[in-house]
Amino acid sequence: MVDAHDHRPGDQAGSLHPPGVEEHPSAEFTGVPLIELCEVGANYGDTPALQDVSLKVWPGQFMAIVGPNGGGKTTLLRTILKMIPVTRGEILMRGEKLRKSSLERIGYVPQLETIDWNFPITVEEVISMGFFNNNRWFRGAGPEEKVKLQDVMTRLNLTGLGSRHIRELSGGQQQAVFLGRALLGDPQLILLDEPTSGLDIRSRDDVIHFLHEINHSGVAIVITAHDLNWVAAHLPWAVCLNRRMIAQGRPHQVFNAAVLRDTYSGEMVVFHHDGMVMIGERPHAPHT
Amino acid sequence: MALLVPFEYEFFRNGFIAAVLVGALCGFIGVYVVLRRMSYIGHGLSHALFGGAVLSYVVNINFFIGAGLWSLIAAYLIHRISHRRWVGADAAIGVVTTSSFALGVAIVSTYRTFTRNIEAALFGNILGITAVDLWIVTAISLVVFVALLIMRRQLLFLTFDPEVASAYGIATGRTNLLFVLLLAITVLASTQILGVTLVAAAMVIPPVIGRYLTKRFQTLLIISPLIGMLCSAVGMYLSFYLDISSAATIVLTAAALFILLESTMILRGRRSKPAPLL
Repeated sequence: MVDAHDHRPGDQAGSLHPPGVEEHPSAEFTGVPLIELCEVGANYGDTPALQDVSLKVWPGQFMAIVGPNGGGKTTLLRTILKMIPVTRGEILMRGEKLRKSSLERIGYVPQLETIDWNFPITVEEVISMGFFNNNRWFRGAGPEEKVKLQDVMTRLNLTGLGSRHIRELSGGQQQAVFLGRALLGDPQLILLDEPTSGLDIRSRDDVIHFLHEINHSGVAIVITAHDLNWVAAHLPWAVCLNRRMIAQGRPHQVFNAAVLRDTYSGEMVVFHHDGMVMIGERPHAPHT
Repeated sequence: MALLVPFEYEFFRNGFIAAVLVGALCGFIGVYVVLRRMSYIGHGLSHALFGGAVLSYVVNINFFIGAGLWSLIAAYLIHRISHRRWVGADAAIGVVTTSSFALGVAIVSTYRTFTRNIEAALFGNILGITAVDLWIVTAISLVVFVALLIMRRQLLFLTFDPEVASAYGIATGRTNLLFVLLLAITVLASTQILGVTLVAAAMVIPPVIGRYLTKRFQTLLIISPLIGMLCSAVGMYLSFYLDISSAATIVLTAAALFILLESTMILRGRRSKPAPLL
């Protein structure tokens, strides 16, 4: 139970940064950002999806992008991947203009909802697609690639499941398969679009375990997420986005009523308890 | 050997080889056609080709040149129009293919002197395959097989996960166009044998049967052409002994195999969860 004293509605104490102004996430991140978005604008069809977004992703950083539906979270990932053209500003990778060839060091895990789960394909076949950048044409997998494939499968607890159809796995294992595909390209950065969407608590726990393990090996991770409590509990850095950058910082700092009101255009209740931050919805009508 | 009796006839030998080749070819490209939900494009392209076939009879040029050019243009148009957001892909294909088919019908109704050739285009003329036709079909089959093998990684990505394909550096537009053009020449090679009306069945049924047998994509790429070849071979024999249209017998053989597997799966499903056999 949350003590009444811990409930600080309207808490303004967090670090609400003006758009475009960024606090350095930690002293451990120095040098040149891995990815830098400089006042980036992008459209989805004819609708502006991102406006003047400036953001730095440091090598080894782990961050979540949160915001409402249509707030530009997926668009932001897609602009980094050059799937959506930038209409304004620019994106740099290690200080240089992002090129198609740079994408080889960026892994991408799409929303699982976009996958055709009836497609006749096994776990091993999906993960092996990650070799694509090293082996685009006819050649089959060599001995080194086979060893690497087994290593990745072991790392993600998928040993022995290689010949299973992807539909025969749990939600967490399915997410691990697509993570495995991204890992085979030896990425410096992995982008995940709503990796916990539709997963139960156990599967979400599996996913965050894998992500932390990958992040500890030095790979930067950027995810989009809807579950603010999950982000607050597990991630060190959060970015609030609603077409524009609203705020960024440590979750316990940025997840306050003012920032969340600006991000979601709605009232939320923020509780602080025992070093944790918890976000709840404010009911529309009083309980009877 | 009674089994070898039909091979004493040259028309059967040519027809048999052509049918087995086209069965393998349609079965192979059909895997992508079915998984990319492009069955309607295969069906439409064969109908579009009819206009080109009729036109090449009228101006008296080789079927493979006239109808081939025609189907490549139709494929390009379908590819272009289907990427317009304001018109659905199915509607775009419908406009191009039915217009082309209608043009063929209009020409047929004007020039009534080549009914036999038109029947061959519509329903296939497998027993009228000449040695030259056989060489052309073999060459087309080789080109398509080699191209699909080379492109198989790109095509797998584009088919399974089109959203991510471009992030992996795949030129999605170019690869899609190339695939539709390969599909167009596959339809061209198959029309002489199976006819405009039955080509789509040869592309759709083998991979659908293959889906019952495997859950692995690479295995499907192997067994689907094998099923196509088997249905063609069995269909040709049945056609010889039963004296029924060869194209129809090939498709009916494939359909019978499909019904057999579907029935087996339904019966197995009553007792336990149906699973692929391989």
